[in-house]
Amino acid sequence: MKEIKCECGHVNPEGTELCNACGRALTTAADNKKTSDVMRYEGTARRSQTYNASVVDKVWNFFSSVKVGVWLIVITLIVSSLGTILPQVLFIPPLIPPEQYYEEHYGWFGKVYYVLGFHDLYNSWWYMLLIAAIGISIIIASLDRVVPLYKALKNQRVNRHESFMKRQRLYTEQKVEDPDAAMAAIKKQLKEKRYNVKEIDRHLLAEKGRFARWGPYVNHTGLIIFLIGAMLRFVPGMYVDETLWIREGDTVAIPGTDQEYFLESEKFVVEFYDADEDPEVFNAAIDRVGSIVKNFQTDAMLYKREEEGIAGDQRELELVQQKAIQVNEPLKFDHFAIYQVNYKLDEFRSMSFNMTNKETEENVGSLTVDLFEPQNVYELNEGFRAELMGYYADFTGFENGEPQSQSPVPNNPAFLFKLFSPEKPEGEVAFIAIQENLEPLGENEYKLNFAGIETRNVSGLTVRKDLTLWILGLGGAIFMIGVVQGAYWNHRRLWVKVTDDGRLLAAGHTNKNWFGIKKDVAHAFKGTGLKEITDQQEIEDNNIKAREAGEENSLDTTSKH
Amino acid sequence: MSDRKKRRLIMRVSILAVLIAAVVYTLYSTLAGDERYLVKAGDHAPDFALTDLNGETHRLSDYEGQGVFLNFWGTWCKPCEKEMPYMENQYDVFKDQGVQTIAVNVGESDYQVRNFAEQYNLSFPVVIDTQKDVQNAYTIGPLPTTLLINPEGEIVKVITGEMSEEDIVSYMDMIKP
Repeated sequence: MKEIKCECGHVNPEGTELCNACGRALTTAADNKKTSDVMRYEGTARRSQTYNASVVDKVWNFFSSVKVGVWLIVITLIVSSLGTILPQVLFIPPLIPPEQYYEEHYGWFGKVYYVLGFHDLYNSWWYMLLIAAIGISIIIASLDRVVPLYKALKNQRVNRHESFMKRQRLYTEQKVEDPDAAMAAIKKQLKEKRYNVKEIDRHLLAEKGRFARWGPYVNHTGLIIFLIGAMLRFVPGMYVDETLWIREGDTVAIPGTDQEYFLESEKFVVEFYDADEDPEVFNAAIDRVGSIVKNFQTDAMLYKREEEGIAGDQRELELVQQKAIQVNEPLKFDHFAIYQVNYKLDEFRSMSFNMTNKETEENVGSLTVDLFEPQNVYELNEGFRAELMGYYADFTGFENGEPQSQSPVPNNPAFLFKLFSPEKPEGEVAFIAIQENLEPLGENEYKLNFAGIETRNVSGLTVRKDLTLWILGLGGAIFMIGVVQGAYWNHRRLWVKVTDDGRLLAAGHTNKNWFGIKKDVAHAFKGTGLKEITDQQEIEDNNIKAREAGEENSLDTTSKH
Repeated sequence: MSDRKKRRLIMRVSILAVLIAAVVYTLYSTLAGDERYLVKAGDHAPDFALTDLNGETHRLSDYEGQGVFLNFWGTWCKPCEKEMPYMENQYDVFKDQGVQTIAVNVGESDYQVRNFAEQYNLSFPVVIDTQKDVQNAYTIGPLPTTLLINPEGEIVKVITGEMSEEDIVSYMDMIKP
């Protein structure tokens, strides 16, 4: 490795701009740089700049670049915004295939959007890669900077070379009567301002708030922890997000709990605000929209299967909890939470019929079919009975004379009955569906009249478990600590030197808030007879402004001619 | 190579390796989606106990040493209905060779299941998963789904969709003890 030896004798690694020991500029480039630029990272060699040999180093250096990091963030921002132009696939109607939906609704643009994968942007592999690249960039760029910065600040020397001091933004060089006394006064007064002061051999280094320099790195640590938390969601057992539909009266296994927990729904209710009973605040709104929901609620019971229990066994359930699940009032157990999110009112539960003589309209008995537990035979009055030959929960029509059902949900129940009566001991066949009565095998003497229906509600619940939340919280908190640390504290340093010929040199540097450090210097100089410290950049800026103003003036004068 | 440089290289390689491993894992998990949670070939078959239409309880672990042809079905499901007679035929052939057939209904009424079983003269055990926990345990999605379980209790194959009679013959052959 090439090394740079400074005039003072200190050997610096390649890439160093300011000697780590005395602060002399080591390269002509650094010598020509403006004062503020050269102090970035204390003029140390960033590790990425030192060599560029193997593939590993090339990859490392790529991610170490802040420029690359900024570009990654910009690209991610632009791409993320593209995902908001059309609804994501998660939010389109579930029954239409997405390739069809996007083209039908948004034309060629929708098609392109779908083909390019923007419909599921935030889960696409290349979007994930972008985020991952930002994460890697944050880690490597931080590591590459924080380590040398830490070393440089830890090992900084008190006595710096004159040329280093001259290059600082705040600088003054004055002749005073008794420079050592002035230095002693400065030291005392800086201590009053809670500076950490070191003095060696007529050199003085006063420092305050170094910890502010770690702000960005603390912040990045928080971000990384946050990303790790997000990543952990993919680890089995860390994150569960499932949907559970449950009918009133049913007990079903809770998905995601490994068949350990079961839920029973006793009842689902929707309540509305009542214009008379409830406070009048909603009356205007009720007038306007008709009705306003007050409460969605599932009265639920949570059961746990005994240890060693196996799937399917119904005897081993033990009641653990009873709770009314309401919106924002989930049922909580064992890191799980069950939320009320959806419902379906009035699903058919049972249907009642009366069997009557068609001619005389005499009622010979009634029967009720539980749609979830139909029976083979329904006994009626003496000598009369109805045998259920077929039950079709979601009747869609006939195929080859066979009634068809498209699902197990009783959306459109239909029945094939055989009706027995003293007149027809062999029975007569009747097919009954909603708004449909058929007598497929000839004219019957008896018929079943629809007599009533019983319904029940279905609750739509979400089962959620998230063991990563605290990690996200921790990451967020550390992130904010870093922001505060870097934003509300400044790293201020002052160098003072008394030369052999009796001059007093003072230079100051801060990472932000130059006004603050100038005030500190003014306080330190009090009573020493020293003139105010010079802000070299301010002078430069004023010169530029003056020059520009001068040019404008001369333009003005020419135009007047 | 100087020691320092060597140390630095090792450091960089290990940090990059950890980062790349994390990225690869995340990408794999996302792209595989929910599929990686599904029960699949090679897994141990979760034990269960369900009661058949004759009131007899069938526990999977009782069939250790035999192959188990485990079929999930519903009465409204056309392909399920179509493959049932084939299963019945092959059950007769393979039951003496140590292959048991169990048909798990996904929680319909006793009436419907019984009617269906009578209609197709099913002689193998037909059980009803009322609480749906066996379906959960086997991550059953579309019907019919059939699992081939070997005599050691390990899942050999998961078949989603309809099977022909030849398929059933070859599948049952696969799990003969």
